[in-house]
Amino acid sequence: MKALLHIKTIAKRELTGYFASPVAYVFIVIFLLLTGFFTFMVSQLFGRGEASLSAFFLWHPWLYLFLVPAVGMRLWSEERRSGTIELLLTMPITAWQAIVGKFLASWLFLALALALTFPVVLTVNYLGHPDNGVILCGYVGSLLLAGGYLAVACMTSALTRNQVISFILSVVIGLLLILAGWPPVTQMFEQWASPWLVEGIASFSVMTHFDGFQRGVLDTRDLVFFLTMIGFCLFTTGVIIRGHRAG
Amino acid sequence: MIKVQNLTKQFGPKTAVSRVSFTVERGEVLGFLGPNGAGKSTTMRMLTGFIPPSEGSIQVGPFDMLEQPIEAKRLIGYLPENAPLYADMTVYGFLAFAAEMRGFSGDAKKQAVQRAVEMCFLESVLHQSIDTLSKGYRHRTCFAQSVIHDPDVLVLDEPTDGLDPNQKHEIRELIRRMGQKKAIIFSTHILEEVEAACTRAIIIDRGQIVANGSPQELKQKSEMAGAVTVHVVNASAAEIKQRLGAIAGARKAVIVREEPPRIIARVLPQGAAADGVLARQVFEALAQPGWKIEELHTEEGRLDEVFRRITLPDTTQETQKP
Ligand SMILES: Nc1ncnc2c1ncn2[C@@H]1O[C@H](COP(=O)(O)OP(=O)(O)OP(=O)(O)O)[C@@H](O)[C@H]1O
Ligand SMILES: [Mg+2]
Repeated sequence: MKALLHIKTIAKRELTGYFASPVAYVFIVIFLLLTGFFTFMVSQLFGRGEASLSAFFLWHPWLYLFLVPAVGMRLWSEERRSGTIELLLTMPITAWQAIVGKFLASWLFLALALALTFPVVLTVNYLGHPDNGVILCGYVGSLLLAGGYLAVACMTSALTRNQVISFILSVVIGLLLILAGWPPVTQMFEQWASPWLVEGIASFSVMTHFDGFQRGVLDTRDLVFFLTMIGFCLFTTGVIIRGHRAG
Repeated sequence: MIKVQNLTKQFGPKTAVSRVSFTVERGEVLGFLGPNGAGKSTTMRMLTGFIPPSEGSIQVGPFDMLEQPIEAKRLIGYLPENAPLYADMTVYGFLAFAAEMRGFSGDAKKQAVQRAVEMCFLESVLHQSIDTLSKGYRHRTCFAQSVIHDPDVLVLDEPTDGLDPNQKHEIRELIRRMGQKKAIIFSTHILEEVEAACTRAIIIDRGQIVANGSPQELKQKSEMAGAVTVHVVNASAAEIKQRLGAIAGARKAVIVREEPPRIIARVLPQGAAADGVLARQVFEALAQPGWKIEELHTEEGRLDEVFRRITLPDTTQETQKP
């Protein structure tokens, strides 16, 4: 019970921190503008003549690739740079409570940004008769995807005091996670590598596992993939932080 | 309350703290002295559970810091070096956060914040954003955070750094007052502070404890301790030096300064003389018609001199060689 309370307190502080600066609002506006631009201009949602949000979710892995590290890069690097980590970790809490609390705050923030895309849902419902179950499934997948990227950013931000380095590292890792299962790349590899190897590598890709959600298929394996990814990265964050403290 | 045994910390090949042992009981204020890089902050970081020691044990109250860190940390209030703060919060928001983390909620939380705010004189900046505070106010905000749960153990790393003279005085008084009921460790580079607030002081140099005692005891180690200084008018310096040098209990007599017509001379005692004996001998040796003694006093010894002597063994040896 105490643990949950501590996590809540830390998450609340982190969230107020976001909204105390204009960064949060700027982020949300940029996120909404970009989703709108790709969905309506690049993918031509209206011109497709189908009532679904596939054109909308299609872009999420690529948008998150840059936007999520921007949210997560300061999580631990700022804490280390300013020395507040010393305050935080000498309070009567465990390190994992702090890690989970800070992660949840950022995830909640991303969820809020995602929730603000609701006008797209209203639009397709107004224009046609989409399968709202599929749309919901897409949102769940998108949220998990954001969580996965965020956990990676959390991990890289624990590695360095420098936010820029932390950002670049998590973009690179995120890019690898996309490319490993992105059809143009896998097709290229299939020409000279055995198919099971390509498939094995692709099974580590967020693309492979996000695909099902987009089509409205809620597969436990995909769910487990993202949750494991989050768990693994947060665990690694803990190891890294302990490493710094041990000196 | 605090018991530290054989505490050692290695950063790679470098030993920052080496086999440090001490205890602090309730009602004691321990001053932590030492040159830059001596290992004061590192010791405090281990003590508060921020970094694990390479070796040694830390006991806080009934708890072992390595085995029951949460329970041990609950007893401690900690002001880290340089007073780190969340810059994007207001003073009130930050203190409320600290109180919540310490398990306060509702009215109890408000009261805890209120008490800490009064203690550290923060009313005027309560709703100001922390990144617009002056250095002294930041320090006080972080100090307030450390006392918000009225802890039994206080660990303060340079608590008066960056404060104005009035605030330095206030915080010193506060430490002294709180020290009557708590166990307090604080580090400082200001030696008067040790005399003003500490019941005991430890001097640490290159990771090792080189002196441990009450400020009085430490001052006794000073060359000056027990020396008698005298101001004489209308006398001859050579004569004074000769007469003082002839005193039985004197190791050495020196002329400190001549400000005609005044001569300031000092006699250093041979070993520890009984109170007042040397002063009387000096008075008797200089009793001569025409000579006027304006001032005569026994030196207490000076902490800064002790500090310099025991934390710079290399240079002392060099000056003693020739
Ligand atoms: N994380 C670290 N990694 C490597 N060396 C470190 C680390 N932290 C401290 N040190 C080294 O340990 C030694 C002791 O440092 P510490 O900060 O404890 O000194 P201090 O007594 O607090 O000095 P000051 O009076 O300047 O605050 C220094 O030589 C420092 O360089
Ligand atoms: Mg220090």
